[in-house]
Amino acid sequence: MDNNERNIDQKNPVITIRDLKKSFGDLTVLEGISMDLYKGENFVVLGKSGTGKSVLIKIIVGLLNPDSGSVNVLGEEVDKLDRQALQQLRLKLGFSFQNSALYDSMTVSENLEFPLVRNKRNLTKKEVTMAIESVLNSVGLPQTMNQMPSELSGGQKKRIGIARTLILQPEIMLYDEPTSGLDPITCIEINNLINQVQEEYHTSSIIITHDLTCAKSTANRVAVLLDGKFFITGSFNEVFSSTEPSIKTFHDYNFITS
Amino acid sequence: METAPKVSSKGKYVVSRGLDNFFSDLYNVFAFIRRYFKEAFSGPFEFKEIVNQCFHIGIKSLSLVSLTGLVTGIVFTNQSRPSLSVFGASSWLPSLVAIALIRALAPLVTALIVAGKVGSNIGAELGSMRVTEQIDAMEVSATNPFKFLVASRITATTIMVPLLVMYTGFVGMMGSFLNVHQNEETSFPAFFKSAFTSITFLDIYASVIKAICFGFTIGVAGCYQGYNAQKGTQGVGRAANLAVVISMYLIFIEEITIVQIFNTLR
Repeated sequence: MDNNERNIDQKNPVITIRDLKKSFGDLTVLEGISMDLYKGENFVVLGKSGTGKSVLIKIIVGLLNPDSGSVNVLGEEVDKLDRQALQQLRLKLGFSFQNSALYDSMTVSENLEFPLVRNKRNLTKKEVTMAIESVLNSVGLPQTMNQMPSELSGGQKKRIGIARTLILQPEIMLYDEPTSGLDPITCIEINNLINQVQEEYHTSSIIITHDLTCAKSTANRVAVLLDGKFFITGSFNEVFSSTEPSIKTFHDYNFITS
Repeated sequence: METAPKVSSKGKYVVSRGLDNFFSDLYNVFAFIRRYFKEAFSGPFEFKEIVNQCFHIGIKSLSLVSLTGLVTGIVFTNQSRPSLSVFGASSWLPSLVAIALIRALAPLVTALIVAGKVGSNIGAELGSMRVTEQIDAMEVSATNPFKFLVASRITATTIMVPLLVMYTGFVGMMGSFLNVHQNEETSFPAFFKSAFTSITFLDIYASVIKAICFGFTIGVAGCYQGYNAQKGTQGVGRAANLAVVISMYLIFIEEITIVQIFNTLR
């Protein structure tokens, strides 16, 4: 299925960001970011390493506070929420970390069980096991249930990281460099998984990446982050048909070197 | 008259970088402790994790604590005998060893061992979880990493150190008994009767209070350093190291303070 054919509700933004600014000391990483993520959309943020892509989604999920600007997620101003309200909002957000961030002292099953049993305390043991099996099947790794994270490959870790977020059935998925450090075939598998998650769980997603193959196969819209601002936004073809030297260099570097 | 804080020539620090950092750290530690009390005594409780941590702390320290307790009892008895023999007071050995072990040696030796074994482990474990974003992963999955990781560990060290102190005291007394029995052929009941005649409830009470303070200190130092670790693997090493060093300094300060307080009550 083509990325642009998906059912996107353009009247219904699930994330609205306006004039977002963030600095670390003297270093300004985000300088006036504005964007909308619509229900059912895959929005890819492209940019070189160190341009503040990850900072953007960490602000969305409340791990970092913005210096100024507003971040509205599912109708809530993230930086104005108290701890309890933020936790409630986070139940609707899934965050897939760049390095997977699996709990290395727990098995795969315990990794998946950890957020589930703490957020849905009335579940029976059987229901928990069924939920774990269901998400492991969704990511194609039912056989890893009793393995430790150290026994998994990079691609498997990414999949389990995604499964851990899916177990809470989020409305919005935030992917931080989902294909970094993976071989090309595993990258394609992860890209397919992102699309599959969107279809199966009806999620809206922000995908942070510098991998154009990932962007091309998952994006409904692409924004290129340059010097703390969205330099250009549009469909993949619109963005990369630009003759702007910095966009062209980014495109050529990605496709020629890979 | 109220005076304005001094500003450095660069205008960046209120007094100086070192002093500013010290007070800022102190504030953060108190905020950390305040949060511990808030999280530890409000539900939902992480009972399973507390029991798990208690088990690990006990298992990790047991062999070293046993050996150290036994050797301390034997050596202390052996080294004290010549001095007491000069005055013909060898029969006082059990009382002397009991007072030394229960009042000072057992709490101090146990706390230093636990600080080295467990404190460093907590610092490194939480530090590693922080730099690999595992703690952030818990945050974003709407769980409470402070309650699960920090509150459980501080509670576990606060429970386990007093138990280990009692155990060290017992093993130390057994070591002392073996030495006394070998040299003076004192029977088991006679040794313990003599040992406990000089021990009061206040001694035991002081020892337990000290052990609780030491356990809490080890837990807080390890968790604070690990939970706030930064800068990759270097930060993990630094967290483990600081957890031990800070615990040890504080244990010595607490030892002196609590001894002074109980001496005034005696």
